[in-house]
Formats: sequence, structure tokens, C-alpha cells
Amino acid sequence: MTTQPATTGTTASTAGIPVSTLNLSRTTATAGRVLRQLRHDPRTIALLMLIPCLMLVLLRYVFDGSPHTFDNIGASLLGIFPLITMFLVTSIATLRERTSGTLERLLAMPLGKADLIAGYALAFGILAIIQSALATGLAVWFLGLDVTGSPWLLLLVALLDALLGTALGLFVSAFAASEFQAVQFMPAVIFPQLLLCGLFTPRPQMHPVLEAVSDVLPMSYAVDAMNEVLRHTDVTATFVRDVLIVAGCALLVLVLGAATLRRRTA
Amino acid sequence: MVNSSSEPPLAPGNSALPPAVEAAGLTVVRGPHTVLRGLGFTVPRGQITGLLGPSGCGKSTLMRAIVGTQAKVTGTLNVLGRPAGHPFLRTRIGYVTQAPSVYGDLTIRQNLDYFGSILDPTRPAPARRADTDRVLGEVDLTSHADTLAGNLSGGQRNRVSLAVALLGSPELLVLDEPTVGLDPVLRRDLWNLFHSIAATRGATFLISSHVMDEAERCHRLLLMREGEILADDAPEALRTRTGSGTVEAAFLHLVDEANANSRTKETAR
Repeated sequence: MTTQPATTGTTASTAGIPVSTLNLSRTTATAGRVLRQLRHDPRTIALLMLIPCLMLVLLRYVFDGSPHTFDNIGASLLGIFPLITMFLVTSIATLRERTSGTLERLLAMPLGKADLIAGYALAFGILAIIQSALATGLAVWFLGLDVTGSPWLLLLVALLDALLGTALGLFVSAFAASEFQAVQFMPAVIFPQLLLCGLFTPRPQMHPVLEAVSDVLPMSYAVDAMNEVLRHTDVTATFVRDVLIVAGCALLVLVLGAATLRRRTA
Repeated sequence: MVNSSSEPPLAPGNSALPPAVEAAGLTVVRGPHTVLRGLGFTVPRGQITGLLGPSGCGKSTLMRAIVGTQAKVTGTLNVLGRPAGHPFLRTRIGYVTQAPSVYGDLTIRQNLDYFGSILDPTRPAPARRADTDRVLGEVDLTSHADTLAGNLSGGQRNRVSLAVALLGSPELLVLDEPTVGLDPVLRRDLWNLFHSIAATRGATFLISSHVMDEAERCHRLLLMREGEILADDAPEALRTRTGSGTVEAAFLHLVDEANANSRTKETAR
């Protein structure tokens, strides 16, 4: 077989430009498009918005006799819901984009990978803000969730969690060939974090190996940040650390997700 | 829309411009298979070139290589004077994949508006809207503009995908089986549209098909078989050369010839 050196510029054009610079109008156009797609699917929106609220109501009455337990678990769940829902929505949405050929079409057009990813993050970030505002408002004002700090900080953490969920979903969708596989990644990626994040038992009480593992999982810090807001009136150093870690993880995974988008595929 | 005529008009002969597509020793490997084997050909500007051959012969892979979405491409492949996949080309090529690449959960207009804003976000909104209206008319879907793409028939969805490729003023249109599943009237209308775009805007078309009767509508033909190019000629020249009445007969003649050649080579070994 004649294997001539590639003069098509294949390697140069894909490896030379790592992640193209962000174009604001293409990013907002993409975010608008993602939201418009969802608007044609009102049931998904309703499920996204109502399920966290229903779960909180359920939780409130499960722990009817011990309001303190509801405070702890309720605050943690406010951080976990956006992560899980955005993970699911993003992984399916981007998988559909990959399998329907629209991703190939977009990448053959002058759309930067960063534009696409930022567009998705923006759209789902907006959804997450509404979802978290509803859930937090319900928990604090109607279900008597006793938060010492500012509910705005709860909202901030919830938003970062949503971005982390979006980032993980985007990344994972690259490894799923079908919707079946994408959904299976939820227990694979989310459940271990859920078990180890300190929701069921404080992390220091776990087996040292598990505690060490939980130290490197981002959800641990999301839950930790929620508990900081729960117990302290002001912004603590631990809270700042937690928030930075969650934000850093989200950013890192978004970059990894961008790396899985290829203009040229086999 | 009137503004689009302010672009430099193409010289009638375009002889100074490099050809739309120029390939030499073009090879594509997919997994264990070599799908394209050292192809060499040129696609002239301002004409409609048909890419014909049986399914699985490498037509789509060749088109993806030209558009710049195919990995593992070796050899020379220049498109509009630049290496295939060059960022410069991304606004200048309209590409229609075989499966309609549009969002089923958006209306036709929303699809076109979105792709239009990706293509040229700096363009003022009225100009983009006019562009959307123009392509809607060109593919005869104006009356369905506010229907969800997912609720359309297969043929209609294909036309939405084609409309996306017609947005802006692409110099090269790469259309992978754009007329599959369409009724004869629509097929004729689309071919007329391709010819009028080629004639008025000087755009180049590369259109794949496995329906041989569409070959007669092309200025030039590339006949492909098993990753190789069997013939690169005008339809009438092909018919004369092979002494056949139709392009289909000419193709079969060339296939038989190629088979005979490879058989004699094998027996000689």
C-alpha cells in the first residue's frame, strides 16, 4: 500500500488548534437552540423542575420526627439533584447530537468546540438556576429547612453542581454508543459519588481507603459546601475551598469533554 | 439578499481559480479496510459533477474527506485551493449527509435560523431571515416552515437538510444522495434548482447517487467502484466511448471490463 505523507493538512488542522477561542454570538445561539429544543418538550421541563421539589417534600415527611436529619440530608440533596438531572439531560442530548449527524454538520461549519460546549453549559446552567431556585425556595420557606447561612450560597453551589453534571454528561456521552449505554453511565459515575459524598455517613467514619477515594470525588465537596452554608452564618474558608474545587472540576471535565469532540472521525 | 450580489462575480471561465476539488493519491483507511485507494481526479468549478456507484463503494467516505470530517486521509486533497478541512472552507462548503442532519425537536425555521447564525453570526438578523426565507422557497417548504422537523416525512426532512446546506452562498455543495426517497416531480425540481444555482452563482456541485438515470443530468461523472474511480468523463462521452445507449449500460460495461482485467491478472499470476 502506498502510504504517502499526509499533505491534506489533517494533522495540522486538528492538532494545531487545541480549542478554538470562544465566539459569544455562536455560544448564545447554541444555548438558545438547546433551550428551544427543550421548549418543544414540556414534559421534560416539568419533570426537571418538579421531581426535586417532590423528593424534598417526600424527604421532609420521611423525617417528620427528626427535623435535624431533614436539615442535613435536605441541604445535601439540594446540591445533588442538579448534578444528577443535568448529567442525564446532557449525556442524552449530546449523544443525540453525535448520532443524528448534527454534530458532524456543526463541526464542518465554523463552530468552535468551545462555542458548542459553552452553549450547552449556558443553557443547562439557566435551567439549573430555575430548578435550584424552586427547590431551595420550597425547602427553606415551606418545608422549614433550617439554614444558618444565606440561601443564595446554596443556590451558588447548586449552580456549580449543575455545571459539573453537564460537564460529566458531555464527557461520558463520548463513550456511549446508544441511549441505553448513556443511561447506564448514571449509576456508574454518579452512584459511587453519592455513596461516598458523606450523605449517608460522615466521610471521616468511612473505611480509610474509601475516605481517601471520597477525597478526590467532586460531589464530596459539593455536599461539604452545602453543609458549611447550613451551619455557618458567614462564608467560611472551607466553603470557598469547596466551591473552588467543584468549579475547577467542572471546568476540567468540560475541557476533557471538548477533547472528545473531533472534527474528523473514522 | 440583494447584498449578496456585491460579492466579486466569478469570471465566466474561472480559469484563474484552482479547481473545486483536486485529488491525487487520495487514500482513506477505515478500521481494517482501505476504503479509497489512491484516487486522482479533479472536479471543475461551476459545474455539476455526479458521483455514481453502488452502495458501499466509498462515495460517502470520499465526500466526508472533501468536507474535512473524515479521519485517516492520506495523499493530496485540495478543495477550492486549500487543503481539505481548512478552517477557511467551513463557510464555503454546503454539505448534506445521507441521513438528514437536522434537529427533529425544532421547527424547520428554527433549524435554519440556528445554522444560519452559526454560519455567519455577524450578519444582521433581517438578512439572515431573508436567507432563511430564500432557502425555504428553494426546497419548496415555505408552507411547512413552522412544522417540527421530527413530524415531517423522510423526503421532507431530507429537503430541510438540503436547505441548511444552501444557507449563505456556498461555493461548493457536497450532496450525499439528496434525492433519495423523493417523488419524480420533486426530483426534477431539485435538479432544476441545482442547475440554476450552478448557472447563476457559479457554484460547484458534487452530488452522489446510486440511481443511474440521474447521471444524465450532470455535466460530468465520476464512476466509482470498490474504492476506485472507473471513469471520469462527461455523460455523452462515456456513452460514446463504451458504445452504450445509457450511462447505466456504460457503467455496467466498465464494470465488466474491470472484472475481466482483474481476472486475467489473477490467472496470469
